[in-house]
Amino acid sequence: MTFLIDIGHRVGDFAIDARFESAGRLTALFGPSGSGKTTLINMIAGLIRPDKGRIEVDGRVLVDTGAGIFVPRHKRRIGMVFQDARLFPHMSVTSNLRYGRWFTPAAERYADMDAVVELLGIGPLLNRRPAKLSGGEKQRVAIGRALLASPRLLLMDEPLASLDEARKAEVLPYIERLRDETKIPIVYVSHSVAEVARLASDVVMLAQGKVTASGPTEAVIQRLDLLPAEERGEGGAVLDTKVLRHDEVFGMTVLGSAAGEIRVPRLAMKPGAPVRTRIRARDVMIATEHPTGLSALNILPGTIVAISPGDGPTVEVGIDCNGAMVLARITEQSRQVLKLRLGGKVFAVVKTVSFDRANTGAGLPLEVDG
Amino acid sequence: MTWLLDLTPDEWNAVRLSIKVATVAMLASLPPGIAIALLLARGKFWGKTLLNGVVHLPLVLPPVVTGYLLLLTFGKRGPAGAFLAEHFGIVFSFRWTGAALACGVMGFPLMVRAIRLSIEAVDRKMEAAAGTLGANPLWVFGTITLPLILPGLIAGAILSFAKAMGEFGATITFVSNIPNETQTLPSAIYTFTQVPGGDEGALRLTLISIVISMAALVASEVLARRVGRRMDIE
Repeated sequence: MTFLIDIGHRVGDFAIDARFESAGRLTALFGPSGSGKTTLINMIAGLIRPDKGRIEVDGRVLVDTGAGIFVPRHKRRIGMVFQDARLFPHMSVTSNLRYGRWFTPAAERYADMDAVVELLGIGPLLNRRPAKLSGGEKQRVAIGRALLASPRLLLMDEPLASLDEARKAEVLPYIERLRDETKIPIVYVSHSVAEVARLASDVVMLAQGKVTASGPTEAVIQRLDLLPAEERGEGGAVLDTKVLRHDEVFGMTVLGSAAGEIRVPRLAMKPGAPVRTRIRARDVMIATEHPTGLSALNILPGTIVAISPGDGPTVEVGIDCNGAMVLARITEQSRQVLKLRLGGKVFAVVKTVSFDRANTGAGLPLEVDG
Repeated sequence: MTWLLDLTPDEWNAVRLSIKVATVAMLASLPPGIAIALLLARGKFWGKTLLNGVVHLPLVLPPVVTGYLLLLTFGKRGPAGAFLAEHFGIVFSFRWTGAALACGVMGFPLMVRAIRLSIEAVDRKMEAAAGTLGANPLWVFGTITLPLILPGLIAGAILSFAKAMGEFGATITFVSNIPNETQTLPSAIYTFTQVPGGDEGALRLTLISIVISMAALVASEVLARRVGRRMDIE
């Protein structure tokens, strides 16, 4: 499945001029608010008609202003999960879930009610009214409703943005499951590095209506200079790791990665489970020799491959740890005192406690290992 | 209390006729009422202000004027009246159907106002969401918009019914005051007040009129509350 967007659009003073394509499992449209992400996703859904351009999903042309093609929203079969859920208030949860089914041609119905209800854990909610659901529950039902229309592509417009941290942590694992256990490609709009690093296989970064970077998440998320200012502190490296073992005595989990073993707070996952781990650049210290007498547990040897100026007094240092890229943000003063230069051998030091639930997939409660 | 129900056959006929006329006027106004309300709430077209003005005319014109205009248009020799009688066999002049038409027209602005307000209150994002789920505009209207404006529809319908129960000027001008055909409750009460010794009859019909109007109001309250509870809007 691939999709292609090539759009020129103008609303008042704001111009969008974006072209990108993706074949990723979950493609994140990432950028600060006002960068045009939501407008773009609304164009894919057919809720906004672009001034000019072309939108193609899976080989099917949905919009081609040159050829006068504009497929109306109800014929696109593209599911949408809105930030504000938009459950129909006059219907029960079950009726909401079944709504899209009516309109899907029988031959193209692949979504199964029981499977979706199980996937999202919404069985106990079926007979309730939307007004009686919490924010997280509403979002899960909204995801289920979109899925049950058997869409060819699922769009998610900041589905977690209006939820508090606890609700976010409740819904995130279900989106991970959706990504891992279904085949439907997802386009996910977000302004949070934490969400993007955890969920996305590919990232399209937007700023002021233009694409500033796109590609695999690991590559794009390291471009700290491209991150919106308020999210820069959240930027860093993303490592693909897997659970090696649990340390029950100290309540920790040991993850294996190319860079070496990483100790994080106990995860509710079975050994062997894959975990995407984000290491914020601001959480990484650099040592020129193997430190001793230090409380930090994760000491990863590597080579400096990049040094670029950051905000104010900081520099960003890229360290290649046996093939895995780790980013560190340190002060220019430290760089000069330590005489850091490209090709230098260093140790990246990360405290275990700097890994929180947002950095590592916390896992679903039901996946607790036995 | 028994004297209240001790009505003459003619008086019973007036009661029955009034309810029939008001019900038909209300039901027949609903489809055009919804259509015009939709146009006014969402349409963008030239002459919208004009349409809005025309719809509200019966509210501001003297009822006699509205009745006379109906007589000119839908009377036996009026253009619309002659056409309908010839092609569809529908005759309005001096029939109860004419009374229903006059009542419907008089209540129309009230109905359209109530429905229009409820349409404007509908969150159009809900309709967009239904569209992405595959519903075409007609289905979206039937399954999302219509249920969401139901309280407004009920309010509009009851207003139209109540107006029809009380309509006098346009009706008597258009279809006169014929017992058993066009003599509704207000016309019957008026007739009683014009003859000596008619006070008791007038009072009886007045009390009945109050009871029916109150019942309609209570029914609409109960209905609206039940719909509201079912919808459970936050």
